[in-house]
Amino acid sequence: MSNYTENELAQDLENQEYKFGFVTDIESDTVPVGLNEDIIRLISTKKNEPRWLLDYRLKSFAIWQQMTEPEWAHVQYQKPDFQAISYYSAPKQTKKYESWDDVEPELKETMKKLGISMEEQQRLTGVAVDFVMDSVSVATSFKEKLSELGIIFCSFSDAVQEHPELVQKYMGTVVPNTDNFYAALNSAVFTDGSFCYIPKGVRCPMELSTYFRINAGGTGQFERTLVVADEGAYVSYLEGCTAPQRDENQLHAAVVELIALQDAEIKYSTVQNWYPGDKDGKGGVFNFVTKRGLCETNSKISWTQVETGSAVTWKYPSCILKGDHSIGEFYSVAVTNNLQQADTGTKMVHLGKHTKSTIISKGISAGRSQNSYRGLVQINKSAHHARNFSQCDSLLMTDECGAHTFPYIECKNPTAKIEHEATTSKIGEDQLFYCMQRGISEEKAISLIVNGYCKEVLNQLPMEFAVEAQKLLAISLEGSVG
Amino acid sequence: MIKIENLHASINGKEILKGLNLTVNAGEVHAIMGPNGAGKSTLASVLAGREDYEITAGNVSFLDKDLLELSTEDRAREGLFLAFQYPVEIPGVSNVNFLRTALNEKRAYHGQDPISAKDFMALVREKSALVEIDPKLASRSVNEGFSGGEKKRNEIFQMAMLNPKLAVLDETDSGLDIDALRIVSQGVNALKSPENASIVITHYQRLLDYIIPDMVHVLYDGRIVKSGPKELALELEERGYDWIKESL
Repeated sequence: MSNYTENELAQDLENQEYKFGFVTDIESDTVPVGLNEDIIRLISTKKNEPRWLLDYRLKSFAIWQQMTEPEWAHVQYQKPDFQAISYYSAPKQTKKYESWDDVEPELKETMKKLGISMEEQQRLTGVAVDFVMDSVSVATSFKEKLSELGIIFCSFSDAVQEHPELVQKYMGTVVPNTDNFYAALNSAVFTDGSFCYIPKGVRCPMELSTYFRINAGGTGQFERTLVVADEGAYVSYLEGCTAPQRDENQLHAAVVELIALQDAEIKYSTVQNWYPGDKDGKGGVFNFVTKRGLCETNSKISWTQVETGSAVTWKYPSCILKGDHSIGEFYSVAVTNNLQQADTGTKMVHLGKHTKSTIISKGISAGRSQNSYRGLVQINKSAHHARNFSQCDSLLMTDECGAHTFPYIECKNPTAKIEHEATTSKIGEDQLFYCMQRGISEEKAISLIVNGYCKEVLNQLPMEFAVEAQKLLAISLEGSVG
Repeated sequence: MIKIENLHASINGKEILKGLNLTVNAGEVHAIMGPNGAGKSTLASVLAGREDYEITAGNVSFLDKDLLELSTEDRAREGLFLAFQYPVEIPGVSNVNFLRTALNEKRAYHGQDPISAKDFMALVREKSALVEIDPKLASRSVNEGFSGGEKKRNEIFQMAMLNPKLAVLDETDSGLDIDALRIVSQGVNALKSPENASIVITHYQRLLDYIIPDMVHVLYDGRIVKSGPKELALELEERGYDWIKESL
């Protein structure tokens, strides 16, 4: 070994790099950055997808290339470089920290405030391998119970392998790949997500949460969710998590499709707390999501969302009220602080007769943030006796933030009844003083007032979720009155 | 209980209180009367710690502490209660939740454990009976959609729940019909004890038919200009304030 020179070492390393370079990349489940047809083929191959799905992806990619990024939203940001993103990374990247000691104290503190148990904290940060094992067994027992009822609840990839006929039948029927720029992108490059099918007449006995799904961690940038409630079925689905989610991915473009067949009901609740960037607006996630539900006759879809995270949010969970007597609901709390921007709202498209929709939107702006509600109520010619009630409230915490409301109403049927109410208020000095005179600290007072303001929405959330959401609101708005 | 000396306070550069002196001992009820704009509500706000006011001179000692050094919430936790002239609505926050938060903040300040749900509900029942408030009112949002009378009664209910050392009632009688006035007064009287005290700010003598004060003070142009026994109130009712202004 004496004549083993530096040169030789360098050569060896070079060779090694060559040897493992591309291949290793694949084994570690990432593909090179950039987006082209080959990358899409690679993703599809790695996921062992059927031909029709690859075709769908390629077609979506072709459509996406013809589209331009939308600019109508009331948000400003540096547009992502789509060729600088790696479009596939394995969904198993949950282990972000080597040990519990490596987790940032700030993150630990926030989770403590949220009242998340130690085990849960470790699970969320992906530290405790033991507990992950544990949760797998929990998940398995839940899965058994669900499968007895014929309920399918699995990752999107598993669904493609195990229930291709259902996926093919419903995927893209509510949010077509031609829908918008981000939906087209998602359709081309989505990596994983969730799939849920509730058979005819079955009432799902528990809240379905991604928490109980095996391989729940690392949902990825381009998530795809499909929930189908067959005739007369009922399901309540929980998405997201109240713990702060640090994510290196700047861009998140998810697609969520809900299908409620005749007499079915879907409740879809979201608590979103993506990293919002720091006080100066550095970093933070761009959250560009397309969420839409289709209601057949006499069915009902309720969207409930509490959003406190992301640097830029662009999101409009909507309902297509196709069937007669179908019902769409949208309950939303959107909080923006510091330099966050949110443009969010809903679309209620009334097609069927006697369709009903309710929109309750509560925006809270703090810091120097901008918070916009954008909603469309569209009553089509066929929608006799349709009804809509919209209420859009904005609460301002400081003098420097902004709240905007963009309600659009299109009515083509004279029998429709549409009501729209909107208020904007600044958090009352009088209310704060009143609370403080009763011995309540300013922080607690803000939390009380804000939670009271959001009550109609929080009441829609399942109990445990609501409690966490309340705490989350308090944390998001700490020290924000100005 | 409380000793106010040479208190000067202004808002937006305009002086409202101009050297006010007042001493209230435990077990006493003092009434403060005076014409509009004399500074009655300013006094209440300044004692409670409203930030809009600037204290330019004077001392206030409350239970041997420097009141003006304490934050608004600490004043409350020490036992100062202000019954608001215009109680504020807090939509979506139930009265019970509000009061339980307030009570527990006070208990934490004094190093006590939070009150149990059972004890708290027992307290709600006891105190709501005392002020003849419908217990259902307790589960409604704080003051939201309450009538004027209900709001005032709710103030007295909150006072009963928080059991203050010193209660300042800022024109609690305004906007009350005679029945509500009786109930509110009964509540105040029932809460009277040798350990606590009240300052009752009012425009009219009629409240003092129900709440018998130990002393009556006339506040005029930012100062207490005349003090006397309860009969002074009757004299004011009869003769108005002009004779006092003239005598100055």
